[in-house]
Amino acid sequence: MSVELAVAAAMFAGVIAYALFGGADFGTGFYDLTAGGTRRGAELRTQVDHSIGPVWEANHVWLIYVMVMWWTGFPQAFAAAMNTLILPMLFALLGIVLRGGAFAFRKYAATLTQARLFGAIFATSSLITPFFLGAAVGAIVSGRVPIEGRGEVWGSWLHSTSILGGLLAVGTSSFLAGTFLVADATRAGHHDLGVALRMRTIGVGIATGSVALLGLVPLRLDAPTLWDGLLGRALPMVMLSALAGVATLALLWTRRYRLARITAVLAVFGVVVGWGLAQYPWMLVDQIRVVDAAGAPATLRALLVAVAIAAVIVGPALGYLYTLTQSPTWTDSY
Amino acid sequence: MFVPSVESMLAFAAPQIGGSQALTSLALGLANEPAGLLPAREQMALSLGWHIVLACFGVAFPTMILVMHWRGVRRQDRVALVLARRWAKVSAVLFAIGAVSGTVLSFEMGLLWPGLMGTFGDVLGLPFAFEGLSFFVEAIFLGIYLYGWDRMPPRLHMLMLIPMAVAGVVGTFCVLAVNAWMNAPTGFDIVDGEVVNVQPWVAFLNDQVWLQFAHMWVAAFMVAGFAIASVYAVGILRGRNDRHHRLGFTVPFAFASVGAVAQPFIGHFLGLRVAATQPAKLAAFELALETESPSPLRLGGILIDGKVRFNIDIPGLGSLIARNSLTAPVQGLDTIPADQRPPVNITHIAFQSMVAIGTILMLAVLIYWIARWRGHDLLEPQTRFHRWFLRGAVLAAPLAIAALELGWIATEVGRQPWIVYGIMRTTEAAGENSGLWWLYGTTVVVYTALSWGAISILRSMARRWRAGEEDLPSPYGPEPVEHAPELARDEC
Ligand code: HDD
Ligand code: HEM
Ligand code: HEM
Repeated sequence: MSVELAVAAAMFAGVIAYALFGGADFGTGFYDLTAGGTRRGAELRTQVDHSIGPVWEANHVWLIYVMVMWWTGFPQAFAAAMNTLILPMLFALLGIVLRGGAFAFRKYAATLTQARLFGAIFATSSLITPFFLGAAVGAIVSGRVPIEGRGEVWGSWLHSTSILGGLLAVGTSSFLAGTFLVADATRAGHHDLGVALRMRTIGVGIATGSVALLGLVPLRLDAPTLWDGLLGRALPMVMLSALAGVATLALLWTRRYRLARITAVLAVFGVVVGWGLAQYPWMLVDQIRVVDAAGAPATLRALLVAVAIAAVIVGPALGYLYTLTQSPTWTDSY
Repeated sequence: MFVPSVESMLAFAAPQIGGSQALTSLALGLANEPAGLLPAREQMALSLGWHIVLACFGVAFPTMILVMHWRGVRRQDRVALVLARRWAKVSAVLFAIGAVSGTVLSFEMGLLWPGLMGTFGDVLGLPFAFEGLSFFVEAIFLGIYLYGWDRMPPRLHMLMLIPMAVAGVVGTFCVLAVNAWMNAPTGFDIVDGEVVNVQPWVAFLNDQVWLQFAHMWVAAFMVAGFAIASVYAVGILRGRNDRHHRLGFTVPFAFASVGAVAQPFIGHFLGLRVAATQPAKLAAFELALETESPSPLRLGGILIDGKVRFNIDIPGLGSLIARNSLTAPVQGLDTIPADQRPPVNITHIAFQSMVAIGTILMLAVLIYWIARWRGHDLLEPQTRFHRWFLRGAVLAAPLAIAALELGWIATEVGRQPWIVYGIMRTTEAAGENSGLWWLYGTTVVVYTALSWGAISILRSMARRWRAGEEDLPSPYGPEPVEHAPELARDEC
């Protein structure tokens, strides 16, 4: 593998991780938002606090990782994307800021009124961020981000592919979050909560699947390059994703939550990897290829060193964190 | 290889534009600025100025909690353990908004300065990559530490603070490496307007970073230390002079004291570097219009119509402090072309105010510790000046934060008109976004709301702690009823 490709792969690994971990994190906002009044929703909201509390900051760093890899490894493409996509990026950013702040504040809010205010901000902004990040992806895959000059500030992301991207991001995040919340709640002995969440997660899954299917129609006209890739190189991944999605629904229905988590992850993994394969070899579709976008070779090699060090240091630490949070002492004791 | 040295600096500082006339045109507003420049600057200054205060807590707080927690575990000290546990909760709130405001910055580097990131992204990216690594470590162990209370073996749990503290140091070094590189760019060549021969490690570990890092790291301990100590000083002033408050005051105050004594020395050496690498900045710091040998130390003063007013000059001291020499002059602004001079007044006033605050804080902590060493502990209520000391300790927190902000203003404004000193002008880095004022307005609103949220939450935590609610139950409790007691444990 050439060094450019290796850096692009390392960066894309971060995208996958963010879509999975960040997605499962953001997706909890959907259930928080729809949990109902203060009394009825209390149990679910407490579960959300408990499930993502220890991990949300770590999950969030994947985004930073991707940004840094992008501007260091492919500076011109990064500057071009930021220049054209300034609005969706800023909206996503607004969501990140409000969400993080409101989540931390809600946990220690003194009164119920305050908790409701912060909770509403947390839940809404959890949906805003994935939507706009998905919309930004839609702009890139439909070839609307030029490498020279500036694309349309509004038009680049107000079109069918971006809307599809946004909805898919929200849908897959919520689906992932749902399967994890069901499993967490059931393991902690909150069976009623588990049952309620289970039905909603199945609903989200069906809705997301339908959006993905229906979205294929405009995609063919609006993003032909991606379309070709999806039906070509990426086809196995698309199939994997569809199969895993259906399997998750079946497993949720039959209450095999542990397995459902794995298939849900596979479903989202399939979507994201499928997109990556379909887009390859473009960095910005129809505009610039990965190899041509790469920055100085010395920097690319240094970046790979940094990634290797990160893998050695961060990998085990992350593993430790997730093992702890999934261990009986941490989940059962509340 | 192109290494911007004193010679190259002087090369473009060569033409002599003398007289006071040129010095009157020192305003920032040069013609042909891109529409995005002014709002981008304001935006950057606001978001960095806000983030940096929280970053100080991210860097210094884990170490202080570690000392407190260690004391609690080693000596079976209940008071210390309670303090450590409360501080951990406070840090959860501060770190959360520190992390999101930091994310804002990483977006802004690309959104506001496409010219900088597009051209030099691969030169200055490596430190950011390592910074990301340290954020990862910090966020992971923060999660473990916060939720690990009562769920992990106590000693192991306490050890989780160590990676956090280390990550704070590494993270500071990395961002400072970027800033130091902007002040003294190296690690690349420019051939025919193209950036070539990029050496990312040279750019990362540049000569400037070590002192800037040391200065910032110490500043972080001063800001966090004085801020935490001031909370307990207020408590003692209100009559709660118990062991809890004294311990809560002494540990952060001790950290801040070490910092306050070290800081002027580090700052002095940093100043010597400025003389060598950025003569225009030093001239603005010292308000030196002309080269004088030996240079005076100019206290106060403001440039009005090309003349320095309201100043006190101490002959010779300027050379001694800024150049470590009896005769070496501070290079005057008249040797620098008018379009390469920073806004003099802001730079000078910000710099001198920082130095003034640093000097005052150093003297103040020295007085306290010397008095204590001689058996006169101003924390004891019966001592003379007890209340004055506490009032001063409360004031030290805003002063340290002011010094931090002023130092950054001096550094950043003093580097103008360059974003990469001597290489790229800030005008070339900004984009064409006239709509950025909307962004700025939104940021002001959002950051005001975040500040309000954080302050009101922290105050309500303090209030509830005083009322004896150690566990701060979730506002959704006691619902669901059957889980109420366990719920409280979760909050620990
Ligand atoms: C608590 C904060 C604090 C305090 C008490 C001081 N400083 Fe400072 N100073 C900073 C916080 C700071 C800073 C915010 O951290 C800066 C901005 C950039 C940097 O690296 O550090 C800075 C920059 C800075 C610079 C400019 C470096 C450059 O532009 O490259 C100099 C020369 C000094 N300082 C010197 C001093 C002296 C002589 C001080 C004491 C008497 C002093 N500082 C106290
Ligand atoms: C490592 C940290 C920092 C980096 C990488 C950084 C970077 C930048 C950049 C890219 C700009 C815009 C270009 C320019 O005007 O030169 C800027 C401007 C500015 N920054 Fe910093 N900065 C840092 C820390 C800070 C902090 C903590 C403050 C807090 C007060 C600050 C205050 C300012 C101000 C006031 C400006 C506007 C200067 C002017 O345009 O006159 N900076 N900085
Ligand atoms: C002197 C300057 C700076 C220092 C000392 C500093 C330090 C820190 C620290 C310690 C954190 C972790 C805070 C926490 O978890 O509470 C943090 C967060 C962050 N900082 Fe800064 N920072 C500085 C300037 C900058 C600049 C200029 C940028 C970006 C260009 C930046 C980007 C970030 C990001 C992205 C985060 C969030 C990381 C996370 O999610 O944990 N910082 N910063």
